[in-house]
Amino acid sequence: MRFLETKELFKIYEVGGQEVHALDGVSVAVDRGEFVAIMGPSGSGKSTFMNIIGCLDEPTRGDYFLDGIEVAGLDRDELAEIRNRKIGFVFQGFNLLPRTSALENVELPMLYNNLSAAERKKRAMDALRMLGLKGREQHAPSQLSGGQQQRVAIARALANEAPLLLADEPTGNLDTKTGVEIMELLKGLNSESGITIVLVTHEQEIAAFSRRIIRFRDGRVQSDETKGSS
Amino acid sequence: MISLVSTLKISFRALRVNKMRSTLTMLGIIIGVGAVIAMLAVGAGASRRISGQIASMGSNLLLVLPGSTTAGGLRLGAGTRATLTIVDAEAIVKECPAVTEVAPVLNGAAQVVYGDSNWATAIFGTMPEIMTIRDWSLASGRFFNDQDIRNATKVAVLGQTVVDSLFGNMDPVGSIIRIKKVPFTVIGVLDRKGQSAMGQDQDDIIYIPVSTAQKKIFGVTIPGMVRSILVKAGSSEDLTAAERQITELLRQRHRIGEHQENDFTVRNLTQIMQAAEESSRVMALLLGAVASVSLLVGGIGIMNIMLVSVTERTREIGIRMAVGAKTWDIRFQFIIEALTLSLTGGILGILLGIAVSEALSALAQWPTIISSPSILLAFGFSGLVGIFFGFYPAYKASQLNPIEALRYE
Repeated sequence: MRFLETKELFKIYEVGGQEVHALDGVSVAVDRGEFVAIMGPSGSGKSTFMNIIGCLDEPTRGDYFLDGIEVAGLDRDELAEIRNRKIGFVFQGFNLLPRTSALENVELPMLYNNLSAAERKKRAMDALRMLGLKGREQHAPSQLSGGQQQRVAIARALANEAPLLLADEPTGNLDTKTGVEIMELLKGLNSESGITIVLVTHEQEIAAFSRRIIRFRDGRVQSDETKGSS
Repeated sequence: MISLVSTLKISFRALRVNKMRSTLTMLGIIIGVGAVIAMLAVGAGASRRISGQIASMGSNLLLVLPGSTTAGGLRLGAGTRATLTIVDAEAIVKECPAVTEVAPVLNGAAQVVYGDSNWATAIFGTMPEIMTIRDWSLASGRFFNDQDIRNATKVAVLGQTVVDSLFGNMDPVGSIIRIKKVPFTVIGVLDRKGQSAMGQDQDDIIYIPVSTAQKKIFGVTIPGMVRSILVKAGSSEDLTAAERQITELLRQRHRIGEHQENDFTVRNLTQIMQAAEESSRVMALLLGAVASVSLLVGGIGIMNIMLVSVTERTREIGIRMAVGAKTWDIRFQFIIEALTLSLTGGILGILLGIAVSEALSALAQWPTIISSPSILLAFGFSGLVGIFFGFYPAYKASQLNPIEALRYE
């Protein structure tokens, strides 16, 4: 069984009495340790796809397996549990809690995981140190630069030891130089700790950091290329 | 489920961020709880005062008064006609099984003189039974006895107010006072009883033998005339029976025909007092109810602020959901936040309520009693208010769609 596998995913919205197929039969499989970029113009269904594999949304029909778990048909709390155990999110807008220290932001997923306070803190400190944020543990997001904020978000995803990291335009709010730094970081994490990364971007340069690029168009997979294999 | 300590931390942080708003929201509960506590304290104080007054009047009492007189077409109120006599009183105690004791009373106001000080007070000519009926005791000396009644001796028992006005700190027993210029020997002093339910000073009184009052002080229009007869029934259940028996007996004794009106009235003093007690209790409940309305309004204030807070923090809720917060994690967080507001408000409100009660006692002389059940009630009620009015905002927060919540600006 593959680490992440979707079979014939459909997401159908009704807009003004008309059916809109945001996803129109998407079948994708990703192995553990892969670094995949998903590209496509807006409206191509890539965000909907990310939401579904991120267990934030449910498909209208189709199957989705993550780490051996059949996700389709789970209820809200079961989905929350999977998000907590399996998935770390990195968003374009960082999505850190305001007025809350970097340390506590990183601890957040573990808070919903019944880890002891000491264990939470240890793991969060380790993750922050690994991302070069030592000494900034008590800084609130507003006291950090964009690149630092994104690194806190990555630390949050790593600290809970989730096997899958979903990044939605992680460099969209950053300048080119910082964006490249973040991408180098993600690439390093992928090759060193073996975390599976699925990244959504519309920038070719960003997508180039990954080995495999899946292009979406009109709710379907248009192309799926792996570097060096073709 | 997320631990309580972490939830509390999150709640406190959220409340600290909006200090002004949290304080104002709490103010609603503070005032509500404070009002409930103060009103219950005032009610309990009034109730206790009235029960005290009932006890000081003596229990299971009936008062028999003469009927009204008609003079040239003018009907003058109850007690203006001379129809009751000492013999009536003796007949009542002898023939009414529900009655245990009687004391006929012939009273009036008179100037009392001792040395060069004088004082206007109420003179009550009565019998020794008055002491048991009114549940009164002596501070010093003795009360007059049946022999004093028979001989119409000129002896007097003084209330504390009379003693204070005429004698100051001196012991009056053995002294001679003049009532309407007639010399009386003071033989005893009554215990202090305080104010009556109607606000009269019960200690501003002099008891003398009824026979002496009739012969030496007030005079009578018919032989053995008295102004009233105080009756004590065996128990509170006997009061109605006693009232009926006395009415029958007196109608018979006064030869009142079937269609004629009574020439006397029987008043149930205990019933009147119990009605007063009951009405004060109802009043206290009413005050408490009005006060709890303000607590309710405070609760609505909490709900309002929590709803605003949920909307403002939509993104935060989205982030929490994305990293794994479950339905009850989110609900719990907002309910705890509402509870923190309402319980903190509750505690401050209790302090405010106690302070207001104390102030009312000290400044307005209102008796107040703060009972621990009323404190527990107010505290528990504020907790319930927090849970009740916190639940809907918490529910709303937990039902947010995580994707939309994350996108919320």
